[in-house]
Amino acid sequence: MGDLKLKNLNKSFGAVHVLHDVNLRIDNGEFVVFVGPSGCGKSTLLRIIAGLEDVTSGSIAIGGRDVGALSPAERKIAMVFQSYALYPHMSVRKNLAFGLENLKFKRAEIDARITEAARMLAIEPYLDRRPKQLSGGQRQRVAIGRAIVRDPDIFLFDEPLSNLDAALRVQTRAEITKLHREMQTTMIYVTHDQVEAMTMADKIVVLRAGRIEQVGTPLELFDHPRNLFVAGFLGSPRMNILKGRITIGDDRSVLVDVGYSTLLRTDVDSTTVAAGQEVLAGVRPAHFALADAEGLPFEVQYHESLGTETYVYGKLQGQSEQVIVHQPGHFAPAPGAILKIMPLDGRLHVFDPASELALARGRA
Amino acid sequence: MARATGLADRALDLVMALVEAPINAIERLIGRGRMPYVFLAPNLVLFGIFTFLPIAIAVGYAFTGGTELLISDRPFVGLDNFRKLLTCESYLVPGSCEESLFWTAIWNTLWFVGFNVAGTLLVALVTALILNRAIAARGFFRAMFLYPVLLSPVVIGLIWKWFLDRNGLLNVFLQMLGVPPEIFLLDVGWSRFFVVVVSVWFHMGFYTLILLAGLQAIPKDLYEAAAIDAATPSRTLFRITLPLLAPNLLVVLILLMIKSVQIFDEAWVLTNGGGPGTANTFLVQYIYQMAFAGDLRLFGLASAASVLMGLVLLVLTLVQLRLGKKVES
Amino acid sequence: MSANVSAIGFFTRTRRAGRIDVTDILSWLWLIGGTLAVLVPVLWAGMSSLKPEAEITRFPPTLLPRTAVQVDVQGFDKPFSLWNVTVEGESREMAMVRRIGLKAQMVDPDNPGKPVSVDTRSISPVQRLTVATENYTDPLTRFSFLTFLQNSVFVTFVATILTLIVNALAAFALSKYRFRGDKTIFVLIISTLMIPLTVVMVPAYLVIVGVGLVDNLWGVIIPTVASPTGVFLLRQYMLTIPDELIEAARVDAASEFRIFWRIVLPLTAPALAVLAIFSVLWRWNDFLWPLIVLSSRENFTLQVGLNAFQGEFSVQWHYILAMTFLSLVPVTLVFLFLQRYITTGIAGTGMK
Repeated sequence: MGDLKLKNLNKSFGAVHVLHDVNLRIDNGEFVVFVGPSGCGKSTLLRIIAGLEDVTSGSIAIGGRDVGALSPAERKIAMVFQSYALYPHMSVRKNLAFGLENLKFKRAEIDARITEAARMLAIEPYLDRRPKQLSGGQRQRVAIGRAIVRDPDIFLFDEPLSNLDAALRVQTRAEITKLHREMQTTMIYVTHDQVEAMTMADKIVVLRAGRIEQVGTPLELFDHPRNLFVAGFLGSPRMNILKGRITIGDDRSVLVDVGYSTLLRTDVDSTTVAAGQEVLAGVRPAHFALADAEGLPFEVQYHESLGTETYVYGKLQGQSEQVIVHQPGHFAPAPGAILKIMPLDGRLHVFDPASELALARGRA
Repeated sequence: MARATGLADRALDLVMALVEAPINAIERLIGRGRMPYVFLAPNLVLFGIFTFLPIAIAVGYAFTGGTELLISDRPFVGLDNFRKLLTCESYLVPGSCEESLFWTAIWNTLWFVGFNVAGTLLVALVTALILNRAIAARGFFRAMFLYPVLLSPVVIGLIWKWFLDRNGLLNVFLQMLGVPPEIFLLDVGWSRFFVVVVSVWFHMGFYTLILLAGLQAIPKDLYEAAAIDAATPSRTLFRITLPLLAPNLLVVLILLMIKSVQIFDEAWVLTNGGGPGTANTFLVQYIYQMAFAGDLRLFGLASAASVLMGLVLLVLTLVQLRLGKKVES
Repeated sequence: MSANVSAIGFFTRTRRAGRIDVTDILSWLWLIGGTLAVLVPVLWAGMSSLKPEAEITRFPPTLLPRTAVQVDVQGFDKPFSLWNVTVEGESREMAMVRRIGLKAQMVDPDNPGKPVSVDTRSISPVQRLTVATENYTDPLTRFSFLTFLQNSVFVTFVATILTLIVNALAAFALSKYRFRGDKTIFVLIISTLMIPLTVVMVPAYLVIVGVGLVDNLWGVIIPTVASPTGVFLLRQYMLTIPDELIEAARVDAASEFRIFWRIVLPLTAPALAVLAIFSVLWRWNDFLWPLIVLSSRENFTLQVGLNAFQGEFSVQWHYILAMTFLSLVPVTLVFLFLQRYITTGIAGTGMK
């Protein structure tokens, strides 16, 4: 069974500690995406799961079986590499057959599996070609096919779309998702692209500097980032961050004062904060609404019109940090114009500047 | 055809299956991580037995005497072999030395190294500079000069011996010019001259190729810049080409010296074993004769001479490595 | 530019202006002179190897191999030599029956009638282009050259196969694994480049005595199978094979040896080809080491045999040159067909 349990996993390359106490549970059939900036350890973590790297300490169990001492082949996993790693001197058919031959499968079984995988991925016409004679997208499919024929408990993908052009990337993304729906097998997918993470994952694991920052469904992470890093990493353009102070309202509601007469409403638990406490207030560009009278004074510098939507770049009057405001459709404010903006209700994220953690939300 | 290759494939698969089984068994036994040692083992065993062990033995033998083969049967003589080799009234006069043949060989070798290095370097450099120009049929000429490099020294010795024979082609040319025929290889001066000529002829293509690779690595835009700066051809040669070629020239120079010191095969065949007399007896020939060719097998003396030559080569090699590093930085 | 011609000028210009000047002519003279210097001794030896024994030492020599033509004439037991004769203003080929002083008795070989007497000063021998194949066949049949040839082929073939396997395995370990001592071992192997055979030939011979391989072809083959040049060349090439391929094979349940055999080795083919060519040339041309190790004639390689043969039959140049040429053929073929590999091999490693 394709469930995975990582316990207190540590990994060092010499003096460099690349993974710190990683604990993670992945259920059978889940599509899990590891995401994070380059050097965060996501690829190393995948390679440890694959058995291509040893752990320094900690345990890995697949299907309840400790696989720490097993070779990649014995773990019942299959992997799709960033460069596809197709054997250049073998035909597509032989590429697909190689692993099965190594495992001493019967010829008929090998042929049956190749036929089935080729049909699923529509690569039948290329079976007798060499990888060099294929386009990038076709190679990608063959690489996935090589994983499919192995019928693994877990599929591992290491940034498999990074070598494709934008259009093909969108298409292949959808195909992998469809494949997952059909096969219902556990898939672990590494990417630095948050769009891939948001669109494909059942569960996202955000990593930074060898530590897991947050685990959750895409929308959980989007709506309730646990800390400033996750908040900034997911969502494009990035979340706007404003410096402010806590003000406690008369009704014990918690408000944030960012330096203007308008205070911002939050759902922070009032028992955990004190008035005057410094905080960082985060608002995604799309979560600002234009207000009529009450609002933060936003000075327009320039805007980018994408047709269906418009991003307005500017700053809060008297401050220097850039603030981005998203507006649907056509919108063309003049540079220098002052707009009033307000965060949508419940869309204000409040962080402690020292720990960078989100402040606890109160029960409404 | 397809069936034949299929059969060959299957036969190869069968053989490999037989080879693979024990190696895979080792892998299961010792683990994947230790497999590189298994892959290195044949190589290291052979290096150990046939390179490192002989080095150790050579040093040991240099301190023993007698003509026995096994080191346990050989008397320890301390530095006697070295003393014998190095005792001389004047190092400039081989006849005054206790082991005069050794010093004859040393002086012959030194002269040979001097002329051969100068001659080969000059010819190779000129040829490389010419081949570096955009000249027609460059590939053909490069191949032509490379051809002798691949030939066997014995073959080259014989071809030239015949060319220089009393009835050889060179004497035919001389006769056309009205010069009386000469038996070149029986004349001390001529034989030494032709040993150098043959050596240059044999090896220049190799060094030309290395220098040419160096020349082609010089960025073309430097020449364009020099042309814009109105540099004369001679200034371009001495200020741009040669300084930038210096690393390669140094490598070639030392490599040439290392190889020249070891002159043996083609000279041995060409001169009928170092003749006339000992005019072309070189260091390696001396070692060979002491250990293998004479009635007495003087392994100790030969080893002592080997150790001395090995030290010279080691110094040259270290100089080469040092120079190489300095030039790189 | 042409005003600026100097001896140095033609070394520096890398592009030609389209017109021919003195520097071009000097370049061409040097290159053509060099080509002749390479070719003439070799071709001269080749021509000579085709001449019969009687012709080879003729001075001045003829360029092409020729012999005097002999004809059988009806009515005579012995064959006669054929001469160009001018009889009654007509040039004819006639057989010389006998020769007395300045007069020779000649008959028409096709129509032997009464011999005519002609002045020997007006006749010249008829020579035809002939190839003295016996120069090649005799040494191979009567002397031991076929054995030498077989020994050389055996040594070259077996040594090359072993060289490829042993060094490819080592290069694989040194390029695709990280393990304790990997750098040390690499430096150790490369450092043996500094120790040429000439320095260790005495003790290496003693080792051969110790392992009982004296006067044995295996004693020629084995000591230089492990080649630092080979390890270096193959390792550099294997470093360019992406590590992800190796990892993909590991995920594909291939054993380490299978990765070597099925993935790395096929992908190293170009470098293996270069090493194979070098190995063939080294082994085929090897002289000093076989000279030391081999003592009985039936074990000689071609080079050692040639050397021995020229010592024993120093006047039999027709045989010596023929065998020299025989030994030249494989090398020349290798050169003609694989020149590109050899050039890149030498330029790429600085070794030969």
